Amino acid sequence: MLGLEKKDFNLLMVVVALSLFAPLILNIFPKESAFAFFNGGYPDLMQRFAIFGIFAIGFNILFGLTGYLSFGHAAFLGVGSYAAVWMFKLLGYNVLPGLILSVVVAGLLSVVIGFVSLRRSGIYFSILTLAFAQMMYSIAYSDLFGRWLGITLTNGETGLQVYNNDPQILMGPDSSTVPHIFGLEMSSRLTLPVGPWEFVFPVGYYFCAIFLVISFYLSIRIFRSPFGLMLRAVKSNNQRMTYTGLNPRPYTLAAFIISGMYAGLAGGLLASMDPLAGAERMYWTESGAVVIMTVLGGVGTLIGPVLGAGTIKYMENIISKMNEKLLHEWFSFLPESLEKAMVWSASWFTGEGWHMTQGVVFMLVIIFLPGGLVQGSNKLFGRRKRKSTDDAATKQPAE
Amino acid sequence: MGILEVKGVNKRFGGLQALGDVNLSIAENTVHAIIGPNGAGKSTLLNVLIGKLIPDTGSVMFDGQSVLGRAPHEINQMGISRVFQTPEIFSELNVMENMMISCFAKRDGSFRMQAMADMFGEKDVVEKAEKMLVDMEMADKRYDHTAAMSRGDKRRLEIAMCLSQEPRLLLLDEPTAGMARADTNNTIDLLKQIKDERDITIAIIEHDMHVVFSLSERITVLAQGTPLVEDTPDNIKGHPKVKEAYLGEAA
Repeated sequence: MLGLEKKDFNLLMVVVALSLFAPLILNIFPKESAFAFFNGGYPDLMQRFAIFGIFAIGFNILFGLTGYLSFGHAAFLGVGSYAAVWMFKLLGYNVLPGLILSVVVAGLLSVVIGFVSLRRSGIYFSILTLAFAQMMYSIAYSDLFGRWLGITLTNGETGLQVYNNDPQILMGPDSSTVPHIFGLEMSSRLTLPVGPWEFVFPVGYYFCAIFLVISFYLSIRIFRSPFGLMLRAVKSNNQRMTYTGLNPRPYTLAAFIISGMYAGLAGGLLASMDPLAGAERMYWTESGAVVIMTVLGGVGTLIGPVLGAGTIKYMENIISKMNEKLLHEWFSFLPESLEKAMVWSASWFTGEGWHMTQGVVFMLVIIFLPGGLVQGSNKLFGRRKRKSTDDAATKQPAE
Repeated sequence: MGILEVKGVNKRFGGLQALGDVNLSIAENTVHAIIGPNGAGKSTLLNVLIGKLIPDTGSVMFDGQSVLGRAPHEINQMGISRVFQTPEIFSELNVMENMMISCFAKRDGSFRMQAMADMFGEKDVVEKAEKMLVDMEMADKRYDHTAAMSRGDKRRLEIAMCLSQEPRLLLLDEPTAGMARADTNNTIDLLKQIKDERDITIAIIEHDMHVVFSLSERITVLAQGTPLVEDTPDNIKGHPKVKEAYLGEAA
């Protein structure tokens, strides 16, 4: 179906179902219950699940298939955001032109960065991409090109935003003044109270989820295509590849551009949810985050990056909200001395310390599940590795 | 006029003359062995033939075209396939995927963007890969992981991949190095079968005299970077110069 084999189609349907019902699944705890804190079903977080899912899916096409570890993918994310905000400034708040431009600009930038960086492989490639991304960050942070041209291009450390006196030539007098798609505002939502529960269905989230499903579908097609096979050949044995008459260069460059365009789309979507773009989005920690997401979920698997992105973003948003006051409430049933000790030790891993939790989880996964969360779920459901649905390396055709 | 013509090739590494005025002609549809003691320049010569090394002087012509200065994948697309001393295969992929890569390379050339097609939907490639696996008696190993295979099987797969590209010249670099006796004999039988069934020129570099004398029709003896003598196996066996190259210096 849709040019997919049955098990790939099923996997796609899983992603469709998860995206569709995320507002229900993530609001599993009633609103007033003690566990409501753990609900992740608010619009801002759900959008991030979808957007960073796209970012990680794209990154996995490069890293998972060819093994080239880019440490500068945040550059494309940031450029995508800037491109989208510029479209809001020039044309108006319809997100479509912005998204198109963000993909195009990120694609063009990845041609340049990829062409230079792919002359080296391994650690040298990673360092080159990192250097490029940090260069892009500095350029954006100081608005270097803008100052050369005598205009505002990135608006430096303040960040790029839309002002009332911007041209916005496609805006009519009654046009929406927040990002929208043909009048449907991204920030609008449907709130549905069911008994003690409260479910929120945000337009912005579903808009991102549609792109997530399309991105996921395209990535399955790429994984199963002759092109995907060649990318795995690059990873496996470059020498045999050239002596089989194949030129690895254009293959890796094409993979680099595709993953750059995914990142550009993710950046454009970030700006579509909140019409701002700042240089910090290009900082190297963002590039590192997408590596962690992909590795945590399972490098080279289809669904791994989506799971990894979801896990990281959930931890980032939920655990970082656990402050000392909340911890005191949770441990208030304990005798006072014990309570203090618990709060003291837990505060290392919560709030500002959520990076500690992330680090510990990451280490545990790498040590015990080198194949990421996907390997974990395969173990859990008793499937042998050879029969795994989406382990690209063990693909068996239906006959 | 042979399919491969090497004329006046010199290659120097610092003070070492690795190849000195090498002239070699390999006739079409023959099995031509290049032998010589350690350090005779066999590997250097092979690396020149496949474009990995550029000689200081001289020319290497394949079917009337120079191979010098071309990238390895271009030389392969001209019709020269190479089997490595240690089998070079895609060890993360299974046997069928390995075969399909070489079949795609034959059909589509060095680069073709086919990101939306299903690889198993490309029927011509699948059939060709399947047929080659049957020919090579590997059909039952189709979905085996190559990393866990024996060296003999890896070699067989590597040769199958090279053959699926229908090369006009197959270069073998010590194809039985490090193999158990049984694997060596299997490989010899396989190469004999290939020689009998296909229009193909085979150039083989080998230490193992058993392999050389059971396969080749012409033998070139290389010593200190220069061809010493070129003749049929029967004449080579008793040739005094060959004895001297192999035994005389050692004695």
